[in-house]
Amino acid sequence: MASIKILLDKCTGCTLCVKTCPFGAIHMADRKAVIDMAKCTLCGSCVAACKFSAIELEKSGGPRKDLSAYKDVWVFCEQKKGVIQSISFELLGEGRKLADKLGVKLCAVLLGHDMETAAGKLGERGADKVYLVDHPALAAYQDDPYTAVLVKLVEEYKPEALLCGATTIGRSLISRVAIKTNAGLTADCTGLDVDTKERLLLQTRPAFGGNIMATIIAPNHRPQMATVRHKVMQEAPVKPGRGVEIVSNVYPEETFASRSKLLEVVEEIANTVNISEADIIVAGGRGMGGKENFARLEELAKVLGGAVGASRSAVDADWIGYSHQVGQTGKTVVPKLYFACGISGQIQHLIGMQSSKVIVAINKDPDAPIFKVATYGIVGDVNELVPALTREFKRALNK
Amino acid sequence: MNIIVCIKQVPNTTDVRIDPVTNTLIRDGVESVINPFDAYAIEEAVRLKERCGGKVTAVTMGPPQAETALKEAIGLGCDEAVLVSDRKFAGSDTWATSYTLACAIEKLEAYDVIICGKQASDGDTAQVGPGISTHLDIPQVTYVKKIVEINDKSARVERMTEEGYDVVEVPLPCLFTVVKEINTPRMPSLKGMMRAKSAKIAKWTAADLDADPAALGLDGSPTRVVKIFTPEARKGGEMISGSTDEVAKELVELLKGEVV
Repeated sequence: MASIKILLDKCTGCTLCVKTCPFGAIHMADRKAVIDMAKCTLCGSCVAACKFSAIELEKSGGPRKDLSAYKDVWVFCEQKKGVIQSISFELLGEGRKLADKLGVKLCAVLLGHDMETAAGKLGERGADKVYLVDHPALAAYQDDPYTAVLVKLVEEYKPEALLCGATTIGRSLISRVAIKTNAGLTADCTGLDVDTKERLLLQTRPAFGGNIMATIIAPNHRPQMATVRHKVMQEAPVKPGRGVEIVSNVYPEETFASRSKLLEVVEEIANTVNISEADIIVAGGRGMGGKENFARLEELAKVLGGAVGASRSAVDADWIGYSHQVGQTGKTVVPKLYFACGISGQIQHLIGMQSSKVIVAINKDPDAPIFKVATYGIVGDVNELVPALTREFKRALNK
Repeated sequence: MNIIVCIKQVPNTTDVRIDPVTNTLIRDGVESVINPFDAYAIEEAVRLKERCGGKVTAVTMGPPQAETALKEAIGLGCDEAVLVSDRKFAGSDTWATSYTLACAIEKLEAYDVIICGKQASDGDTAQVGPGISTHLDIPQVTYVKKIVEINDKSARVERMTEEGYDVVEVPLPCLFTVVKEINTPRMPSLKGMMRAKSAKIAKWTAADLDADPAALGLDGSPTRVVKIFTPEARKGGEMISGSTDEVAKELVELLKGEVV
């Protein structure tokens, strides 16, 4: 069983671990750190934080496995109705950098039906090789056949890293594949890098509620799997004419069996832009004062070609639908420009939008926490300022 | 119908404040609550019971104090509850957590449906639900927003996607992870709270499970943390003041580069 201990001769009493522990499990006694084992979860944060190597986290595991057969960086390319989704290009952009640092190939994995043409184009997005599996059962995403095929590919070709979008499909699929292949999986990475000596994928993500970042590794398991949310990474640039090797794989029919049955795919025609895709979001909160005032946000969004977002309290008050909700129980968005109108800036909301490039906050209360993250802050009445902004933008954009 | 609902106790983020000086979480006075997404899982499980008859068992893995979350679940209509708790589970990542929960579920009597929240608010991985179904080798439907039809053989559900929803038919037993849109959770009833008070919570340790010890806790977890750091806090920027028109003009000038 794993255990943790303080090496008293090395502990200098600096208290860094006390501050780092996400569970409040460390205190000082006689100027040495003491771990309260009732609270400790062996998360390893203190080990990572200690500058004096004074905390030892021992893991009793089997002998180190031979991982040398695993090579190449893979990107699972998500397609819907035969169209490769932009998240895949973002992952190829990031994957290219990692593959170059490791000196290996970047390979795309494409599951679908009649996708040869699309597969051939992945070279232009940086892929050196495409593992293609074509079957009618793969035309639309289904858990069972997708899992079975991806597991077979991983077992046969042994990638050292596998990236996947943190999308509805990606999260459902990759969690299953990680269990089946006994791989480490890190969700929602905001930064990826490699340790070229140890050939480790360094996966950085927000942890313990969002304002601590943790870098996570899977030292003794391959492939090293990570998901990344949409819009977090830059899309791979298009290199016209760049070729790619296509490896088509054929598997026995039972590989494609599915216990569940996809009966229908329904697309709801949204009258506004999907907020996860939007480059500009105009969001409103309780300070908007009422449902009727959201029309002002829609006008501004329309002029800017953006989407309307909302805080939880505006959604709970039924001023706007849940699909517009930004924040912890809603969507995470990373637009270029985010207007927070009458949103006070509760931490749950901030978690969902604080990575936006530019944040404009308009609020009556000069002490509202939203101003702490805003690029530009205005203390004032949203219902006056928003129409004024709409007017000025219209003029500036000649609309 | 035997329904299992998997829940997690998490810190209440409404209470979480950030120390403006050190930029770290202030943990004092932060209470523990049921993961907000699991409230929908509990509600849906209880509604299924009301619809089809049967029993709801709530299961959680966590420290001893997670018992409170299970009592709360009973107050909300669950019939029985199991706390899976042992130092041997410490350090579990999503691989080991889903393995442990799957082992606990296998020890329970035969089930028809397992329901999980789509993700936990502290880890945000959405990996444990699919992990459990994979360990148990049962079909899953994630992001369920509506259970349209269900009988003892199969269910027809709507699964939320980025563009709308899929209609999926799935044989039982199966696992669902559910989203907020599926229901509005009820408040605990007085009767429920009384029941919760006197409810006996089953407590299982690693020894009670038919589990491979090497696959538990930190030992069974492929991932580990190597570095931890506080990101530079986003600094508050410029405050713009003046009349409404002045402010609007200035802002449009400043944002020109972003909107083209």
